[in-house]
Amino acid sequence: MTTTVPRRSQKASFRDRLLRLAETVTTPLLPEDYLDLVAPLRAGGALRGRIVEVRPETPDAATLVIQPGRGWRGHTPGQYVRLGVDVDGVRQWRAYSLTSVAGAADGRIAVTVKAIPDGKVSNHLVRRTRPGTIVQLDQAQGDFVLPEATPARVLFLTAGSGITPVMGMLRTGLHTRADVVLVHSAPAAGDVIFGLELRALAGQGGLRLVERHTDTDGLLGVHELDDLVPDHAERETWACGPVGMLDAVEEHWTSRGVAERLHTERFRPTVISPGEGGTLTFTRSGATVEADGATPILDAGENAGVLMPSGCRMGICYGCVLPLRQGAVRDLRTGDLTTAVPGDGVLIQTCVSAAAGTCDIEL
Amino acid sequence: MTVIQKKAVNPVAHLSAEDIEIIGKELDAIRDRVIADRGERDATYIRKVIKTQRTLEISSRAVLLFSLFPPAWFVGTAGLAVAKILENMEIGHNILHGQYDFMRDPKIHSTTWEWDHVSPADQWKHSHNQLHHTYTNVVGKDNDLGYGIMRVDEDQKWHPMHLGQPLWNLLNACFFEYGIAAYDLELGRNLQKGRRKAPEFRARARAVGRKIRRQVLKDYIVHPLLSGPSFLSTLAATFTANLIRNLWSHSVIMCGHFPNGVETFEKTSIEGETRGEWYLRQMLGSANISGSKLMHIMTGNLSFQIEHHLFPDLPSSRYQEIAPQVRALFDRYGLKYTTGPLPKQVASAWWKVIRLSLPNRHTAQPGPAAPALVASQPA
Repeated sequence: MTTTVPRRSQKASFRDRLLRLAETVTTPLLPEDYLDLVAPLRAGGALRGRIVEVRPETPDAATLVIQPGRGWRGHTPGQYVRLGVDVDGVRQWRAYSLTSVAGAADGRIAVTVKAIPDGKVSNHLVRRTRPGTIVQLDQAQGDFVLPEATPARVLFLTAGSGITPVMGMLRTGLHTRADVVLVHSAPAAGDVIFGLELRALAGQGGLRLVERHTDTDGLLGVHELDDLVPDHAERETWACGPVGMLDAVEEHWTSRGVAERLHTERFRPTVISPGEGGTLTFTRSGATVEADGATPILDAGENAGVLMPSGCRMGICYGCVLPLRQGAVRDLRTGDLTTAVPGDGVLIQTCVSAAAGTCDIEL
Repeated sequence: MTVIQKKAVNPVAHLSAEDIEIIGKELDAIRDRVIADRGERDATYIRKVIKTQRTLEISSRAVLLFSLFPPAWFVGTAGLAVAKILENMEIGHNILHGQYDFMRDPKIHSTTWEWDHVSPADQWKHSHNQLHHTYTNVVGKDNDLGYGIMRVDEDQKWHPMHLGQPLWNLLNACFFEYGIAAYDLELGRNLQKGRRKAPEFRARARAVGRKIRRQVLKDYIVHPLLSGPSFLSTLAATFTANLIRNLWSHSVIMCGHFPNGVETFEKTSIEGETRGEWYLRQMLGSANISGSKLMHIMTGNLSFQIEHHLFPDLPSSRYQEIAPQVRALFDRYGLKYTTGPLPKQVASAWWKVIRLSLPNRHTAQPGPAAPALVASQPA
């Protein structure tokens, strides 16, 4: 039987026709512009969420519990969500790991944010956000997740807010299915995000917790792992923390010949070599701006008033990708040069790419 | 008026080149202070105006579904007229200037906004933001000086067609949005032989055609049809609301550059113009309207035309705040800050349209209905 197919398309075209009719009523606005006034979280609208609770975790970290709109498609523990927040009237997008249980009965999700010094968005979220605020959301993304077949032995290596994606995995009951070791670094006991919950879990025998308080004990050296977790090279490992730590960990796992067992999530781009700079032209908006070789194209465009798509601003979420019609850009993390001529259809991440010559960006 | 360069008494003769650059620096400083403070307050303001406008528009249109009943007709028409004025003036004009681009909200951005007007936003932005705001009051460069159908300056050449310009101006006022669409298309120039078939012009004309179709379909077919038995009365109501909006915006816009006291400039005078000189031209080439807070909102704060022309991309609600500083600067440098109440300014602009429909007399003198509107003391 093929009846379902035409019926479905009929339904769709009826909806489309209805929508087109509604548009003739509201033009030049769209029906959604009016619906947004009364039902910002409805299905079919732009994905948004309402903050229902702001829960302090440590002196400089807080969990935001969010009721996502009807269009939210759920997440896998370890993934992150892009959050669009208005700070001082300016829409800012950042990516944060989801720390809530996947598929919670009330449909709510949570992210945990650590205020970083001079962090415009993180300080706003931790200290000034009130319940009731509407935020813009994107669907959950990221491949810092557990495989379908849970490995028997797992090691998590985290530092600071690097605990957040791991917490999502633990809260979904990973420790009941696997032998888990968590080695976590924070300046002091009071700075450990989810400290009480982790210690309680360890106390019940759910996991082995190694806390490293770096104010008193110094940074964790990767060589110390041989003593702390003798079987670490045999464990499926997820590491999340500052760049220096991840670089050391990657080198260590590679030298042991087990790089395939290591999964990392990077929070900040590493700037290696600045490009040469050049003139950026945004072909559709017509804006032109001189950008130096150290400024991401995203920042240069925003400063010139171009409405740039953006996301994590650290090269991981691909929310800022735009076609480079022609020109050359340099990846600020690796120093790699990417060039394009018309017709190539080269896509670049504007948040980690700087002009390395004259560039035409399609926007 | 006569271009400033040909006047017997040049109102800027007392300023040295250095003075003009200092004026420019002071204005830059005013701008920097607003930009440093720009933020949540402005975002909240424009969102509130948008919400108010949408609520007013949708409820007025709902009331007009029953427009057969005269009270519903009057309430609905008045509400819709106000909603359309707000939409064009305080919301559309200002968002399309990029005043709220700093918010990075794709829903409130000059590149994505479309307004309740028959001229498509991108064409209007070109003729208004790029041409008029750059070449303000330069005779032969700024088509806003008479919109190509009128003579509003002694230095514009008289043509017998100008005899009818009081009538053209009245018609333009009634159908102002169509006048603007034609103006943005540069119809006068583009309908000449050889130009009318240019593909670029044809594409733009088609875009205007599409926009007009959508606007007419909404205002004069769909909403009247939704009103059922009230079809004709709703049609009349929407037409009236559009007429009121057109008359109002035409009046406000005439007050911006046509009243007595506003200076115009020679084409050659802007060659090699410095930033300070550009500012000075905006200062002398614009006129304000004095009035209540409500009046300012309904004009989209174009009642602060001087401040708007100095800083076209600052949020409009800030013009009122900086006006005293701007005015103090005028006073300090002995420049005239042209302002006056709406009826007076409208009368002054109309008198000019009527007076200049005739060729210049040898001694051009301002008429009786156009007293000098120079205010050198703060009101």
